[in-house]
Amino acid sequence: MNSVLTQLQPSAPHQNRLEEQDELDRTDAASWGSMAGFGNLDRTGGVQGMSIPRVSDPTSFLDMHTDNMSSNPDAKIKIAHGTTTLAFKFQGGVIVAVDSRATAGSYVASGTVKKVIEINKFLLGTMAGGAADCQYWETYLGMQCRLYELRNKERISVAAASKILSNIVYQYKGMGLSMGTMVCGWDKTGPCIFYVDSDGQRLKGDLFSVGSGSTFAYGVLDQGYRWDLTDEEAQELGRRSIIAAGHRDAYSGNTCNLYHVKENGWDFIGNYDVNELWYEYEGKKKAERESQNAAAAAGASPMAVEP
Amino acid sequence: MALYHNQPMAHAQEPTAAPIEHRFNPYSDNGGSILAIAGTDFSVIAGDTRQSEGYNIQTRYARKVWQLTDKAVLATNGFAADGNNFVKRVKQRLEWYEHAHHKPMGLKSIARMIQTMLYGKRFFPYYVYNILGGIEEDGSGAVYSFDPVGSYEREACRAAGAAQSLIQPFLDNQIYFKNQQPEPGSQPFIPGNLPLATVLSLVVDSFTSATERHIEVGDGMEIYIVMARDRTTDDLLGEGKLQKGMEIEELGTLGEGQGERTFLVRQALKRD
Repeated sequence: MNSVLTQLQPSAPHQNRLEEQDELDRTDAASWGSMAGFGNLDRTGGVQGMSIPRVSDPTSFLDMHTDNMSSNPDAKIKIAHGTTTLAFKFQGGVIVAVDSRATAGSYVASGTVKKVIEINKFLLGTMAGGAADCQYWETYLGMQCRLYELRNKERISVAAASKILSNIVYQYKGMGLSMGTMVCGWDKTGPCIFYVDSDGQRLKGDLFSVGSGSTFAYGVLDQGYRWDLTDEEAQELGRRSIIAAGHRDAYSGNTCNLYHVKENGWDFIGNYDVNELWYEYEGKKKAERESQNAAAAAGASPMAVEP
Repeated sequence: MALYHNQPMAHAQEPTAAPIEHRFNPYSDNGGSILAIAGTDFSVIAGDTRQSEGYNIQTRYARKVWQLTDKAVLATNGFAADGNNFVKRVKQRLEWYEHAHHKPMGLKSIARMIQTMLYGKRFFPYYVYNILGGIEEDGSGAVYSFDPVGSYEREACRAAGAAQSLIQPFLDNQIYFKNQQPEPGSQPFIPGNLPLATVLSLVVDSFTSATERHIEVGDGMEIYIVMARDRTTDDLLGEGKLQKGMEIEELGTLGEGQGERTFLVRQALKRD
């Protein structure tokens, strides 16, 4: 009883602090070993102070030396970007489709980038902007979501997860992070998409496309989008939109990665070559046109005789 | 008034051509190129040894490829000072890990650690492009490539550095069989299981060609070959397997050794 009381009683804050400090001191021996293995995270799992150049204006230093969003294309340090990503909600869940090209200036740095980051079994994040920013912070988001699960004995909602991410990037606002991401998943409320970017913007919506090729993707997406799309129709719409963007936007292309989020988590649907699929679509269109022309010619001909 | 023909303050009033700028520029580009190719049960990581700044060759032998563990080799390219310092820190972290866990860090863990180390300097980046090669826990050959702030990806092959744009298209064609058609009736291409001898000659050809066409590449090259445990070494050590002028040495195990073997092949490149 006594022990319960002591537990319930709020202890003096400074005493509490000391106990905590002691505990940290005891784990100190491992901090140069195993804890140091967790990257630049401190003992409490927070991100440790990032190294910042000792100049009067660190942001302009970074601007000068990196090619952040083409503001300085001559910079030595090229950070990979350029993208088309999309996600939309429909009757059967969420479709997430992305391209796989990374460019540094006009050089295609990679054609096999994974722009969908698998945060956990139920959450996907997309990658547009700085590849490292998205990869690093969405991985970190995955850790925070797992901790939430352990602490609360239930899965995190997409709203909460996306807010963790937007709160992180908002702390770094103005320092040169570059990311435009869609956090997609299925929670208690059903399918859900949040758009989060490095300006601190966080929006809930049914349909988003992000990146240099987004305008092309929106064109295809908007004309084919309905809530009551079947699974196959929705997957085809996502794929077709990325193919169109990959074809028209020089900074997008190579392959398309397609995911479908359902009630029991996400499924990877497939990887498709943009170039191959584009010409497959063109071939189909041509064949259709020809058969239509043939039918029209047959119908219009005065000499046509019904069999 | 001759005395004042030239006004005493004339110099001060004349505008100078441009304001003198004092800004913090801690980076330089030291040229050179690196490259790594993964096989089914081996991994090849190579780099040239020239270090230059502008048109000036600073040294004809500077190391760019480093053995980290028995199954991991790291190649760095970009700003040499950053590269050397980064490797030093990675090695320190690997040592700490080994003291804490009594085993060397696995390849994919090293890759993730490199990401967090690079990203820790997101606002003051290392100007270094890293390629990590080695043997994965399951015994397969692997290559991981990084950008300067830590975005990374596992691949079958990757070239980086000054001659990246010369070498990578060649590798795409020869390793991934891009823009190639199999002869009618013959077997389809399966990327990622080329024999070691083929991979080695692709590496040599990549560097000799880059040396011809890029001024920052040349002098010599170092090729590290990491072999999975129980893999035959006949295709490397056998009689007449190495090309003329190649020197080979086996690098002893760093830890207790689990059967992986690392070899270092050196070859001269043109020095002009």
